[in-house]
Amino acid sequence: MLSFIASRLLQSAIVLLVMSFVIYTLIGLMPGDPIDIMVNSNPGYTAQDVARLRAQYGLDQPLLTRYWSWLQSAAVLDFGYSRTYSQPVWVILVPALIQTGKLVGLSFVVFTALAMTMGITAALTKDSILDRGINLLAFAGISLPVFFLALLLIYLFAVRWGYLPASGMFTIGGSGDLIDTAKYFVLPVLTLTAAFAGRFTRFTRASMIEVLRMDYIRTARAKGAGPLRVVFKHALRNAMIPVVTVLALSFGGLLGGALITETMFAQRGMGKLIFDAVMGNDFNLALMGLLFATTATLLSNLMADIAYAWLDPRISLS
Amino acid sequence: MMCISSTPPLLQVDHLAVHFPMARASWFQRGPSPVLQAVADVSFHILPGETLALVGESGCGKTTLGRALVGLHASIQGSIRFKGQDLATMSPTQRQQTRRSVQMIFQDPYESLNPRLPVSDVITEPLLIHGLGGGAERADRARDLIAQVGLPVDALNRYPHQFSGGQRQRIAIARALGPEPELIVADEPLSALDVSIQSQILNLMSQLREERGLSYLFISHDLSAVHHLADRVAVMYLGHLVELAPRSELFDNPGHPYTRALIDAIPQIGQGRRSRGRTIQGDLPSPLNPPTGCAFHPRCPKVQAICKTQAPLLQPAAQGGGQQWVACHFKD
Amino acid sequence: MTKQTPLPKSAVASVLADKPESVWELRWRRLQGNRVAMCSGVLLIFLALFAASAPVYEQVMGVDVNNTDLLNRFAAPSLQHLLGTDEAGRDMMARLMYGGRISLLVGLLGAFSAAMVGTLIGLLAGYYRGRTESLLMRITDGVIALPLLPLLIVFAAIDLQKLGFSPEFVRSSAANFYRIVFIIALVEWTTVARLVRACTLSLMSREFVLAARAQGASARHILSVHILPNTASPIIVALSLAVGQIILLESTLSFLGLGIQPPTPSWGNMLSNAQELISRAPELAFYPGFLIFITVIAVNFLGDGLQDAFDPRAEST
Repeated sequence: MLSFIASRLLQSAIVLLVMSFVIYTLIGLMPGDPIDIMVNSNPGYTAQDVARLRAQYGLDQPLLTRYWSWLQSAAVLDFGYSRTYSQPVWVILVPALIQTGKLVGLSFVVFTALAMTMGITAALTKDSILDRGINLLAFAGISLPVFFLALLLIYLFAVRWGYLPASGMFTIGGSGDLIDTAKYFVLPVLTLTAAFAGRFTRFTRASMIEVLRMDYIRTARAKGAGPLRVVFKHALRNAMIPVVTVLALSFGGLLGGALITETMFAQRGMGKLIFDAVMGNDFNLALMGLLFATTATLLSNLMADIAYAWLDPRISLS
Repeated sequence: MMCISSTPPLLQVDHLAVHFPMARASWFQRGPSPVLQAVADVSFHILPGETLALVGESGCGKTTLGRALVGLHASIQGSIRFKGQDLATMSPTQRQQTRRSVQMIFQDPYESLNPRLPVSDVITEPLLIHGLGGGAERADRARDLIAQVGLPVDALNRYPHQFSGGQRQRIAIARALGPEPELIVADEPLSALDVSIQSQILNLMSQLREERGLSYLFISHDLSAVHHLADRVAVMYLGHLVELAPRSELFDNPGHPYTRALIDAIPQIGQGRRSRGRTIQGDLPSPLNPPTGCAFHPRCPKVQAICKTQAPLLQPAAQGGGQQWVACHFKD
Repeated sequence: MTKQTPLPKSAVASVLADKPESVWELRWRRLQGNRVAMCSGVLLIFLALFAASAPVYEQVMGVDVNNTDLLNRFAAPSLQHLLGTDEAGRDMMARLMYGGRISLLVGLLGAFSAAMVGTLIGLLAGYYRGRTESLLMRITDGVIALPLLPLLIVFAAIDLQKLGFSPEFVRSSAANFYRIVFIIALVEWTTVARLVRACTLSLMSREFVLAARAQGASARHILSVHILPNTASPIIVALSLAVGQIILLESTLSFLGLGIQPPTPSWGNMLSNAQELISRAPELAFYPGFLIFITVIAVNFLGDGLQDAFDPRAEST
């Protein structure tokens, strides 16, 4: 098992390294140029100044050299400065990470619970009205664009009915206590939950049906086990194996969903940060934000693989 | 391996071995990779027009052997000679020619035909691959072949799933006959069929042999079918040949304890309770971890100390006039 | 999801009449039994017609989708403008129709391109095994493990001029369109690749493929005659499920301002405009959003139905 983890870690590290180069190149291809931006804000710069600045920042070097020097700094955790915030990238990223963590974490708990309940119920009452209803809801969840859902929720709850705030993270000049923050959290969490609950409901249902079909379930029932006992003792564990892995593998999608949600609700999380940095040509911040997102996704995939190998005694690790 | 008759053998196999390296658990595992020795040092020959049967339990390596003969296993040791030419040293053209001459019939008639192709395409595929004739000629051949295996012409437009197991096996035979082979390797062609159908297919094979002078390598675990069709019989156990003898000698006077047990196990209807001799105990050991010495010793009723340390060689026995070869320390 | 449908008379008749029923006929019959999928199919045909008839609508109604009329903003539905006008006075109906074209085209083209790339990679990996397979699958796993939307955003944001394209080309709507299709295909091929590789692997050990290999058949023959036709059904199912995903992706990117650029209407960028005006004119957001929703849900139902119809376990041996 240990050697399995080690080899997968190595794999992830290689992917990360390759992606760091790819993203570095892509960021360099974004419109705008750091020097041009400086020149635009200060018309006093002459052509000589421009050349000097370029040399100073190493921007006249070929791509590989620039990448290499970036890599060297990154290796010692020097991620550079954010142009828009005029602060080290670190300082901006960490609070954003925490904010996104709260959003994603909370949504994750809610939609997992919801999806599992609905999925298992649907599987147990297969082909009934309840099952059809749940299925319909699930399909609706998958088919609704996240931003449209956010817009709908904002319209209903904030504009029409005024129960909840349309955006932001806390009331300006308000008490800043938990209840206040919670109010601002409801719609974002609801949005993210609705977007993902659908997919997992379907998956849980399919997995559960598959397991319930198996011979060993029939054996347990034949031995006299009641249906509920059968579900919780035998079927659930086996049905959860593929579900767990799919959950962990969807982290990348969750990050994307968080990006949209944060942008819609003006929450200062990683998603919004990356988006604003890319749109605002803040190269360092965009680069590091993307790399953080990639690392997080790679890690969750790794954990999915490990969890799968650990949970399912049948599969070999080769 | 000594050839008794004066005609050169069609197929000559010497010291054939086929092994499969098994995957390691991860890159970091120490030691050599485990190896599965499916076929270990097998030698035999087949004469033109002769039917050699290859019998043994499931897992003894007979399917692997059959597939190695048609070139489906790349990593083999030893030599396979067809009409005197070693397969390994042939030119690509000769190799292709050999592929035409050695055809295979597979065990599972539900799997050996592509469900997406109509029967006509299934039968003429080898002709297509070998470039034997254009579309019209292939269509003619298809009509020919389907008649020879006893199926109606309109079967050509249908799909395999519309036929029964026995009919599909006939289609498979028709496919094998297309390139006009000299040797057909039949890998358990009857095992997936109902008992009543088995004799039909067996008769078809026999009849085709008469008409065309075919040689067969007839792989089977069914000794009564073997008795019907074979000229000589080879018995295989855990990748080794333990006995090789003409049919009547093998059935009347088996030399190896394993052969004896196999024959004793043939159900005889209407004979009353006859004494069966001792049956074989236990299961086939895993080929990943074969027993030392003679591979059969853990299950052999005649086992002695020497059997555990020294593997016996396949050698002529005293009985059978030098035609019966047995691998046992106590064959005489 | 659907109940087992009893064999329709046609199937029984075909067996009795000795007429060969090909696998495709069998599948079509099973699909027909799934009412939800069939309704979705009909709905999609309507949507396609809706989108395709955009120029006809313009002619008949005498409107031009690009015609801004700042004196007639936020107009209510009238005989002249069936769904009213938007924030720049443009006819909503025409905009929705043109937007539909984009969404459907991007969906189909994107899914098709992704499927082609994925199939090629999956076939090569499954057929050649060894180092080729190892390398291709590592790449596939690598791409799957990446966060989709953040990366797509970067891809969509790059300045094509820096890659050497001319400014006129970069600004053209054709370039814009193909860029979206390209980057979508760039990330969506992985599911198909994995699927096709798994399928190829299992097919390669089946006896009818072994029979062909024993004949010394070339890679081209085996892949085209035996492998590809037998992977066709999982590919089709994966394709149809991907179309919904892709339509959502395009609308998200357009919404964020990185996809189809105004003034070319796309359902996504129409929603983007409507965002600030949500209190004043919520229907400007509702119409495009609703259309995206029913298109994607119809595609998903149809894809699900196809999956059931193509279920190999229901196909007899």
